Amino acid sequence: MQYPVPHIINEHHFWLSSQRCIFWEEENTLIVCDLHIGKTGHFRKSGIPISQRVYTEDLRRLLSCILFFKVNKLIIVGDLSHSRSNKELDLFKKWRNDFPSLKIHLVKGNHDILSEAWYKECSITVHHDKLCVADFCFCHDACLKEQRKGKYIFSGHMHPGVKIRGMAKQSLSFPCFYFTDKYCVLPAFSKFTGLALIKPNAKEAVFAIVENDLMKVH
Amino acid sequence: MEVYQSPGYKVIRDWLTAKGLYPFRFQEEAWQHIIDGESGLVNAPTGCGKTFSVFLGALIDFINQHAGDYKKRSKVGLQLLWITPLRALAKDIGRAMDEVINELGLSWKIGIRNGDTEINERQRQTKQMPEVLIITPESLHLLLGQKNYPEFFKTLKIIAVDEWHELLGSKRGVQVELAISRVVNCHPDSDRESMVNRRTQVWGISATIGNLEQAKEVLLSVLDFKEEKAKGIIVKAELQKKVEIESIFPDEIEKFPWAGHLGIKLIDKVIPIINNSKTTLIFINTRGMSEIWYQTLLSRAPELAGAIALHHGSIEHELRIWVEEALHAEKLKAVVCTASLDLGVDFRPVETVIQVGSPKGVARFLQRAGRSGHSPDAISKIYFLPTHSLELVEAAALKNAVEENFIESRDPMLLCFDVLVQYLCTLAISEGFRPDEIFEEVKSAYCFREMTRDEWQNILAHITIGGTALQQYDEFKKIEIENGIYRIKNRRIAMRHRLQIGTIVSEAMLRVKFVSGGYIGMIEEWFVSRLEPGDVFTLAGRRLEFIMIKDMTVLARKSNAKKSLVPSWQGGRMPLSANLGKKLRETLNRVKSESSHVSRFTSHGIDIELQVLQPLFELQEKISHVPRANELLVEQIETDDGFHLFVYPFEGRLVHEAMAAILAYRISRIMPITFSFAMNDYGFELLSDRPIPVDDTNAYDLFSTEDLFQDIQRSVNATEMAKRKFRDIAVIGGLVFQGYPGEQKKARHLQSSASLLFNVFSEYEPENLLLRQAYSEVFAQQMEEARLRDMLNRIQQSKIIIRFPEQLTPFCFPIKVDSMREDLSSEKLEERVRRMQMQLQG
Repeated sequence: MQYPVPHIINEHHFWLSSQRCIFWEEENTLIVCDLHIGKTGHFRKSGIPISQRVYTEDLRRLLSCILFFKVNKLIIVGDLSHSRSNKELDLFKKWRNDFPSLKIHLVKGNHDILSEAWYKECSITVHHDKLCVADFCFCHDACLKEQRKGKYIFSGHMHPGVKIRGMAKQSLSFPCFYFTDKYCVLPAFSKFTGLALIKPNAKEAVFAIVENDLMKVH
Repeated sequence: MEVYQSPGYKVIRDWLTAKGLYPFRFQEEAWQHIIDGESGLVNAPTGCGKTFSVFLGALIDFINQHAGDYKKRSKVGLQLLWITPLRALAKDIGRAMDEVINELGLSWKIGIRNGDTEINERQRQTKQMPEVLIITPESLHLLLGQKNYPEFFKTLKIIAVDEWHELLGSKRGVQVELAISRVVNCHPDSDRESMVNRRTQVWGISATIGNLEQAKEVLLSVLDFKEEKAKGIIVKAELQKKVEIESIFPDEIEKFPWAGHLGIKLIDKVIPIINNSKTTLIFINTRGMSEIWYQTLLSRAPELAGAIALHHGSIEHELRIWVEEALHAEKLKAVVCTASLDLGVDFRPVETVIQVGSPKGVARFLQRAGRSGHSPDAISKIYFLPTHSLELVEAAALKNAVEENFIESRDPMLLCFDVLVQYLCTLAISEGFRPDEIFEEVKSAYCFREMTRDEWQNILAHITIGGTALQQYDEFKKIEIENGIYRIKNRRIAMRHRLQIGTIVSEAMLRVKFVSGGYIGMIEEWFVSRLEPGDVFTLAGRRLEFIMIKDMTVLARKSNAKKSLVPSWQGGRMPLSANLGKKLRETLNRVKSESSHVSRFTSHGIDIELQVLQPLFELQEKISHVPRANELLVEQIETDDGFHLFVYPFEGRLVHEAMAAILAYRISRIMPITFSFAMNDYGFELLSDRPIPVDDTNAYDLFSTEDLFQDIQRSVNATEMAKRKFRDIAVIGGLVFQGYPGEQKKARHLQSSASLLFNVFSEYEPENLLLRQAYSEVFAQQMEEARLRDMLNRIQQSKIIIRFPEQLTPFCFPIKVDSMREDLSSEKLEERVRRMQMQLQG
């Protein structure tokens, strides 16, 4: 894994990782979004045989990031789960309860439709709309909340991707971190997600995830 | 029994005689084999009684069995299952059969079953099967998905597969193979009720193709013949129609041709042809171009309004039917059409056919030519109209190929696991299956002959436990096993499966409708997404103003705007066939010798096209070279775009795409370099931002067959190609659900999610059977590995000629204009992105 890339906003240090997450140094917190746990299970239950390994590897990757940055807090900016409850969520519950000291905050996204009880059992603090910490605000879909004044917004929902064009009409697409002056969008943490291509303007910053490396492409 | 002595023959013969008709020899031959209980293939062109060769055979057989009371016998159960690839054909065939039944006074019923059949009619059929059922491969599979389906086929005597040459070589053909493998085994071996106690016979009907013998073998593969030598019979109709081919020449030959703009310029030469002929069919290769042709014809010859029509696959069904009926009724002077009129019943009034642009293959060209001139001794007249001047060479090549009857083969598809997965699920929603029994049946189908036990086990695991490894916390549910029988018990899963039976995967399409009511046709979703309200587009020959999308339907109103957008439909573009490619290379041979020995120029008109193209060839020869059949021309040209390498194997765009990928990979081993590709049917281009190291010292190595297979696999491009193939496989294999009919869903998700699934499988389950199938399809069909190898072998035997022209040449120009681009890089991914950035900044 490549060493994370620092990105400074309002004098806070955010370390972008090619593993699709952000380490917030000042708060000792890991920020992720769009885990879509249970998505493979949802497909499998309907007779579509997607390998469950996508999901288990997602969890493994999340664990390795938590251990790597030694954080005690995890903020999930929406879409922790994909759909209604299924057995794969039990696996998550088991996984989560192996780390009781880790605080987990979930800002609800459009896919987060599980019962209050489930979040309670998983010791997840749920924020329905937004979560504000220091100068920053976390909400699932930045486009809806963009007007919030003053605070810089961290969001997900979009599954941003960037298309890089070269000479002779070549192009490739990658998941990316997308920073505007008012908000940023994280790449979807789960690898079982598609991409929505963004068109950044000159003032915005984009970091593409190219295999296990991060590259500032804009 | 001699057919001539049989009572059935007498009945049929008398009936024909009364109508002033007599049977063809090949028909009588087929009848004999049918009453002998044989199976086989009838090889006959459209419009000379091929339907009757099998249908009347079945009747004769029936009358022979029930000579005393054949007229009275009704509700005897299914006798003849007639599989046809085209819904449109069903009606006409049904009508013709009905007529015979009525005139003979039989009590048989003729039923049609396809997507257009009403529900209550379908229910009537399942209660009491008609004696003849005309069905599409898809509907046949749906029938196999019904409870008690074996009952339907118990009495079945003959399965006839019409237009087998069309089905062979496609996944629909595989569907037919599988369905037959099941249906023939529904026949109870010990049925003593009827006098005959023999297995279901299988008869194919096919136009001439290069591999008729194999076509028969594929179709009859599921039958076990007692004697190895007598594996079915081929009945040939030996009726060869004469074809006259004439090229339409531009007044001036462009020396830098490019595709797609010359054709329409020649429209003024088409109008007199239309006027001088009773009815003309104008074949255009794409739906979009056919719209343009129709509009342009109307504006150039307004007097034709009302007398010409447009026919293509995206026009509303009813409108197409109207056109077809108007054709029959001699109400039309001309119809602009696409492959949509390749098949189907004959349109007798058609006197002339015009082929616009390359027909891509000899068989297709002949089939289209055969659309004209129907009286027994009439000559089929076809004009060839080039869409760029170089295409005229094809006309010369086609004349030669037609003369030699050099017709393409249709290669059957092998090991289509996606179709097999679908088929097994179909059986699982009706009667269920026992794997060991069904394994033997499936193996008897030609497509799955080579399937191993392991592959079979993999398939079973795929549909029962959702992968090869049992997983924790899993709720995978599809096929459940109960007392050894594999069934789908979940009703939602069964229902979704039923909706998804079929192997034709369409682009996401939206129907277009007038605000005032009435459907016009279909356009692709991506095209709609670029329209703003008020934009005017053309469909079914009408100018339409886009209003809005409502309930997944495009609402539009008539417009009088002068300008309009022409939709394009993405459907697969056919590549040049190997046969036509070979003829093209040989034709170029004649250019050379003729230009250097003008005196030898024969004036009997064989190669008038080459004569007309002389100025183009002279320029090509001056700045580069005109390759002979035993030469491969390579051109290296530098322009503002970068460094181009053009190669001209004349093997069709798909083989060129593969060759470009391999060549790029091999060059990149010499030095790190990134290319983009372009190709047409004649050659391909590699374009790079740095000089391309190809010269006399390494040319033969670069085109070597050594390590070909490994190099194909290593060329990044195979991944992209496989991803595209996987799209269809994912739908057929049930990985992607296309949505409930009428529901607001999301065929939009199809593309992205099939490609997402491709990525997920590649990363997490690379051994997945359907993923591997995508690659083998790329190698076998898309890259045509066998053809690629033949080509490289040919190149090794020939002279590679490398030229460095100062400018673009007549040969390369059409490729340059062609826009399809592919990526390849051997450089590490990161490195490549950095270099792209530098280019962007530089």
